[in-house]
Parts: sequence; C-alpha cells; structure tokens
Amino acid sequence: MIAADLAIMIPEIILAIFAMAGLLMAVYTTKDGMAPALTFGTAIVLVIVAFYIGVTGEGTRIAFDGMFVDDAFARFAKVTILLSAAAVLVVGQDYMQKNNLLRFEYPMLVVLAVIGMMVMVSAGDLIALYMGLELQSLALYVVAALRRDSVKSTEAGLKYFVLGALSSGLLLYGASLVYGFAGTTGFAGIIDATAGGDVSIGLLLGLVFVTAGLAFKVSAAPFHMWTPDVYEGAPTAITALFATAPKVAAMALFARVVHDAFGNAVGDWQQIVAFLAVFSMFLGSIAAIGQTDIKRLMAYSSIAHMGFALMGLASGTAQGVEAMLIYMAIYVTMNIGAFAFIMTMEKDGRHITTISSLASFSSRQPAKAMALLLLMFSLAGVPPLLGFFGKYAVLWAAIEADMIWLAVAGVIASVIGAYYYLRIVYLMYFGEDREGLDGRMTLAPFVALMAAAIIMLAGIVNLFGIEGLAEAAAQTLVN
Amino acid sequence: MTIGLEHYLTVAAVLFVIGIFGIFLNRKNVIVILMSIELMLLAVNINLVAFSYYLGDLTGQVFTMFILTVAAAEAAIGLAILVCFFRNRGTIAVEDVNVMKG
Repeated sequence: MIAADLAIMIPEIILAIFAMAGLLMAVYTTKDGMAPALTFGTAIVLVIVAFYIGVTGEGTRIAFDGMFVDDAFARFAKVTILLSAAAVLVVGQDYMQKNNLLRFEYPMLVVLAVIGMMVMVSAGDLIALYMGLELQSLALYVVAALRRDSVKSTEAGLKYFVLGALSSGLLLYGASLVYGFAGTTGFAGIIDATAGGDVSIGLLLGLVFVTAGLAFKVSAAPFHMWTPDVYEGAPTAITALFATAPKVAAMALFARVVHDAFGNAVGDWQQIVAFLAVFSMFLGSIAAIGQTDIKRLMAYSSIAHMGFALMGLASGTAQGVEAMLIYMAIYVTMNIGAFAFIMTMEKDGRHITTISSLASFSSRQPAKAMALLLLMFSLAGVPPLLGFFGKYAVLWAAIEADMIWLAVAGVIASVIGAYYYLRIVYLMYFGEDREGLDGRMTLAPFVALMAAAIIMLAGIVNLFGIEGLAEAAAQTLVN
Repeated sequence: MTIGLEHYLTVAAVLFVIGIFGIFLNRKNVIVILMSIELMLLAVNINLVAFSYYLGDLTGQVFTMFILTVAAAEAAIGLAILVCFFRNRGTIAVEDVNVMKG
C-alpha cells in the first residue's frame, strides 16, 4: 500500500535525496569548490526528472488517500517548472561565478524550492498544499538574500519574507475556515461539501482568504507590493528564477484549488479572479512606464503577465485553463531569454541594470539587439510572435466564457503595456549613445537568448505541440 | 455561560486581526513583525483545534502540528535574514528598510 503510494512520488523523492546527498557531499569535501559542478549536475538531474515525468507519466494516479495527485495537469506544470529551473541554473551560472555567489547551497536551495513547487502542483489536500508552498517559499526567501554582504539583497530577502509569511498566514486562515465548514481538508471532500452549488458563508470567506494568499504568491495586484523590490534587490540570476518556475507553480496551484476544490462554486471565485486579472493587467502596464531599472520593469511586466494568465483562469472553463497553461509556458520561455540578456548587461566590468544603458545597443551588437527586439515584441504581444498567441488564447477563452468586458480590458491593458516594451526597442535602435554596454556574453546566456528569440519565431508554426498537451492537462482538471 | 465554537473562533479572529495590524501599523522594529506573524499562525491553530474538536475529526490537529513545525522553520529563516540585514544596515527599524522604494 505505502509502496504503491511512494512509487507515485518517485520524482519528488529522487530530488529530495539528491538535495540532501548534495549538501552532505559538499560539506564533507571541498564546499564551494564543487559549486560549479554541482550547479551543472543539478540542472542535468532536473532535466532528467522532467523527461522521466514527461515520458513515463500517464493517467491519473492518487497517492496517500488523495493527498497527492499525479495527473496530466500536474505533469504539464512539473515539466515546465523543472525545465525552467534547469535553464535558469545553467544560464545564471556565469553571473553567479562572476559575482562570487556560486556557493554550493545555491543549487541545493533551488532543488528544494523545486520539490516544493512539485508538491504544490500535485496537492490534493490543504495540508499538502501548505507544506509544498512553505517548502518553496522558505527556500526562495533564502536565495533572495543570497548576497549576504549587500544591503539590497538582504532587504529584498527581508521584504519577501515578511510579505510571504503574511500571505501564508492569510492562506492558512482561509484553509482553517474551509476545513471547519467543509469538515475536511481534502479537495475531493470540499467539492462534495459544495455539491449543488450552495456554498456556506464560512466556506466563501475561506475561499476569499485562500485566493488572497495565492494572489500574493503569483504577485497579482493588489497583492504585488513585494515584487518590484524583490526583483530589484535579488541577484539577477535569482530574479530570473523568481520570474519563472515559482510563477508557474503558484498559477497551477491556483487553478488546482479553484477547480479541484471549488469547482462547484465557479460563479463565486470567478468574480474575484477577474478582478485580480484586470487590476494586475492595468497596474503592471501603467506602473512600468516610469521605471528606469530594467529589473523593476520586468517585475511590473510579470505582474501584467500574471493578470493575463489569471484572465484565462477567470473564464472558469477547461479552455481557460488550457489558455493559462499555454500562456505560462510561453511567458517562461520569454523571460528566460530576456533575463539571459539582463544578466550579462555590463559596463566596465560592472553589472548595471539601467534601461538607459541600452541606448544605441544595436549599432554595437546587432545580433543580440535583434534577439532582444524579438523578445520585447513577443512580451508586448505583437502579432506574428509567440507572445501574441498566448494573449490570443486567454482573450479567446474569456470571450467564449461570455466575459467580453474582461477581454476588452485585456486588449486595452496590452496596448498600454506595449509602450514600455517598445521604448526599450526604441532606445536600442534610435537612442543616443551615452553609457554603452560593453560586456561580453558567455556561451550559456547567449544560447538562451538566441534560442528564446528563435522559439518566438519558430513556435508560431504549431507552438511545438504544447497546445495538445495543455488541452489534455486542462481536461483532467476541469471535467 | 458555556464556551462554544463561536467563542474560540472569535478569539482566533481577534488574534489574527491583531497580527495583521501588527505588521502594517508597526513602525518600530522588524522583530515585532516576526512576533505578529507568529500571532497570526497561532490564531489559525486555535481555529483548527476548535474546529477539529467540534467536528470530532483529527485532521485539524494534525494540520496544527504541521503549522507549528513550519512556523518554527519560518522564524529561524526570518531571524537569519534579519541578522544578515542588520550586519549590512546597522539597524532593524522598520522605517530603515527602505533602500528600494516600493
């Protein structure tokens, strides 16, 4: 019995053993001396586990009396999380090395965070949800403050910790109310308790608190306050991590909770999620305009993107979840490419992140400028590129669900948002040269930047087939 | 007067709100914020134990054990980050956590 349950959790167990073995090995041998090898090895292990999950997983399997669910939806999210975390590790390695941050704890903390994310997306119970969320959050608080001698990095860690703990508190309070009024913490039990669509006021209150806690984790407005500061303060390679895997995990968890546990109360959470979506899209798009730091700009950009992903969720249909999954996969690819570039922005050997330093970048590095142009156009959602198809999918899902006002708001927000992406392109191609970048890109970031740009172009043929996978994943979640 | 479920829920709700206000209104010290967070989590625990007793179901108490464990880990990590911050900044006053405006 227990063996059958454990067999379902093999990927998580392998990673947990790997993390502990890696820590022990590093402590008893050369400590930070093996950090580069360990980082690279971790990336390989993450990719292998991603392939294992993608290739061997089939059907829906439930472990530990519904605590842990392994279905197509969880597998889609897990593969995205694992691959993006591996990509961030490889791309960020040179940055970490150069800034003397490549300690052996870094890859191990990333693995622990990834395990937390995998538990989150597989959670079938409020307890499993909380444990996964905390494992992820605690590991991420520490990596945010990884540059121990910098005021900014430790302040980022502190702010992330305080607001993250607050959001966990809100989520837990909601979970306790849900438990009290549904009589169980299992998602299957909660959905039975709301059968017929009559949701008691206590459950509704619990739902609101849980949603607020999750909105913190996906950094949806009005719970976004931590995002710009944490993005700016954390070392850039770690900002790249924050912008990718945890967002996918939190968004997938959001979908899991609202559909698996509250699938009978769609009308109740739909309004909350739609409000979060509209507020995030507009706040992200408008607040980004005045930014001078590209990391802060990417923070507001991610808030706006989370708004769009939530729009897919707000439609409350399988099509909406499918659109959200496609959107997140595309968003992660774009962000890995963009951060691969941001990590290598240097002048006179120092890492700088001001947007004005991009002025007339194209005259010096035409190939990289072209790749960044493609990524910026794709982030803005300019038609022939992949980013447009992500936006198209969520807008279409909203229209199909008769939420035309939401789709209209999305289009307006994306037009406003296009301004600041285009401003970067304008600066690169027509800006006056003042403090030009002179850094060189090492192989891994260069490959990531170019690959992401090429994917934005080549993906328009068939989205690399993720559409079918996302559809199957959404079907298993929403029935 | 018999003490019923509502009384426990009220106490928990009051503690929870005090915790939230402690985070937002406190302008003095980050340690106070850590205490407020702890207060919020303990309010949740009261809720869970009360529900668990009145439902006659053990899950809530199991949940409480998990929350207590995680709260300990959270406090450890929070204090560790705070120590690093203090070394760099020389202060832990809330109004001085402002190198970045956000």
